[in-house]
Amino acid sequence: MSNSVRSPVAGLRNVSREDMLVHGHGACPGCGYAVTARNIAKILGPDTVVYVPASCLAVFSALYPTSAWKVPFLYTAFENTGAVITGLKAAYRRRGIDANVVGMAGDGGTFDIGLQALSGAAERNEDVIYVCLDNEAYMNTGIQRSSATPFGAWTTTTPAGLEVQGNRRFKKDIAAIVAQHDVPYVATLSVAHFTDFVKKVEKAKAMSGFRFLHCLTPCVPGWRIEPSKGVSIDRLAVETGMWTLYEVENGVPRVTYRPRKMLPVTEYLGLQGRFKHISEEDVRTLQSWLCRKWKVHYGEEVEEPPCVISRRDEGLGHDGDPLHGL
Amino acid sequence: MVITADAAVAHAARLARAEVVPGFPITPQTIIIEQITEFINDGEMDAEFIPAESEHSVMSVAVGASAGGVRTFTATSSQGLALMYEMLFAAAPNRLPIVMANANRSVGAASGIWTEHNDSLPVREAGWLQVYVEDGQEALDMTLQAFRIAEDAQVRLPVMVCLDGFILTHTVEAVDVPERAQVDRFIPPFDPVGALQPSDPMTMSPIVPPEFAMEMRYQQDRAMQASRTVIARTDEEFAALFGRRYGGLFESYRMEDAEFAMVGLGTWAGEAKEVVDQLRAEGRKAGLIRLRFVRPFPAEELRASLKDMKAVGTFERSASFNGFGPIYTELRSALYDTGVPITDHFGGIGGRDITVTTVREMYEVVERRARGESVRECTWHGLRGEQE
Repeated sequence: MSNSVRSPVAGLRNVSREDMLVHGHGACPGCGYAVTARNIAKILGPDTVVYVPASCLAVFSALYPTSAWKVPFLYTAFENTGAVITGLKAAYRRRGIDANVVGMAGDGGTFDIGLQALSGAAERNEDVIYVCLDNEAYMNTGIQRSSATPFGAWTTTTPAGLEVQGNRRFKKDIAAIVAQHDVPYVATLSVAHFTDFVKKVEKAKAMSGFRFLHCLTPCVPGWRIEPSKGVSIDRLAVETGMWTLYEVENGVPRVTYRPRKMLPVTEYLGLQGRFKHISEEDVRTLQSWLCRKWKVHYGEEVEEPPCVISRRDEGLGHDGDPLHGL
Repeated sequence: MVITADAAVAHAARLARAEVVPGFPITPQTIIIEQITEFINDGEMDAEFIPAESEHSVMSVAVGASAGGVRTFTATSSQGLALMYEMLFAAAPNRLPIVMANANRSVGAASGIWTEHNDSLPVREAGWLQVYVEDGQEALDMTLQAFRIAEDAQVRLPVMVCLDGFILTHTVEAVDVPERAQVDRFIPPFDPVGALQPSDPMTMSPIVPPEFAMEMRYQQDRAMQASRTVIARTDEEFAALFGRRYGGLFESYRMEDAEFAMVGLGTWAGEAKEVVDQLRAEGRKAGLIRLRFVRPFPAEELRASLKDMKAVGTFERSASFNGFGPIYTELRSALYDTGVPITDHFGGIGGRDITVTTVREMYEVVERRARGESVRECTWHGLRGEQE
């Protein structure tokens, strides 16, 4: 038991203390990707092989001649996570090697350019774990919009202009799309709900077939947030309905955490520079979309909470450029 | 066995004990993956077929499987090869000995499904070895040899076996399909050296900064150059076991006392041999070099064979849009400062039939050049209308 620590939090007792993604990598302070990838790798343990497509994770975790990975790691391209992990797993099956083959892709690499390979692997029910680390834009190339970017958000390709401000489309529901492939396990995760997080990763690890873990991972420069605020913001995402925690196990959906009451979306938006420009009209549009989504996930109507836009800029000293203010 | 060259390639993959075969249908390659899945489902081949959802994913699966340490085979053609383009460049630098058959077919617009070499020749810079075959027997034999060459410790590079679409892929010929035991003596079990596995954690293919990337490319180039001797040795070993010899990097036909010759790829050589025989019967000293490997390009070896020619012609089934074709460009560089004049000859583009008459026209231009006459440096043979 030297690798385990007793935790007062139920479900965390058996989490290993041995990291597979170790310190010394080049992620920004407060990076949600790093925290999420580290904890997933830790739970999956040493019998794991990781594929990472083009993403921040590829850049910050393995830059030759250094590597922060204690498990085998492979990177090749952007759009092929579903396919490369298929090939790796086939090799281990042939060789009789028991390994958790896991792909860790970003939202662009999953929702957009990687959607085809993801769909192929899900449809074939490949025996792999696909993790989507969703920071809601192409952060590695410098904050460009993806189909995971929320409505109203600023990115460098959805600038807050004089006529159009921010992203005009709502976030694509990738977990629902994957679930429609009739795969054994789909779950949404947040580092702010760590017990839930651990349970889902452990459940995925114990199952076989295609498993999809969709994780909301705050991005300090991309969301224009304080490095210390990522987890709090992830928590507010759930309380406002911007993120929902559920799992679909063998086709049966189950909400794993339900907020007691819906907080106004402005509570979430107000902490992030990427929504600094947002208009009242856009807040209302986003809020009513969230209320519709709430009903879909939690099964009952919710009264629209009153939204108050706070233009306070305190706590947003970070200007979004990773080279500034850090 | 009377089979198509596609089926012959599938037999080779079976005999070589390829273990993972990702595939996606594309004419005129499809017979290969159909035949392989038939072998697997009939219990004649112990392998996994992975029906990927695109050729990009086919090559990605192949890269994953090969990185995971198993013998990996796949096949494609034309647009499929174009879609794989990005991943071809992942296979070679990671030194993954994947073997892939490419059924040569025209690519892009103004294209059909017929033979052209403009799918595989443009990717000759991707770091793969490329061999072009002439018939169904060679398609089988070179697929077997490809595994040996690719997996050789001095090489460890992927190999593309190119066969002319329809002319070979869909044409039945008598092919000697060897016994499994015989092939087992030629191809040893796969050695998963350098494979990714949890028992020996390794970071493969990370981002490489400029301080290191150049050395890696250099090593890749060295491996490609080292493959020349491995190709020759493999051909000899193959001949000793199976009684068939192909000449390694290229095949020389009636070159002993030749005064002029042509150099070209693929099934064109069938007509070219006929023309050489005709010319020889007329007392004209014609020869032929059927280029087999385009990568590695046998520059020194061609130079040694061609340096005393009075003229050389190149046959092109693909354009470079620089006024000449890729074979001319490569050969011109190989023969630089020998003073041997070279003429370029286009034919069979988009699958247009190549006849003995067409090839004879080509040879006659080369012969006139050998006599010192002034001829067109580049001719499109069989072109409808006048060439400018």
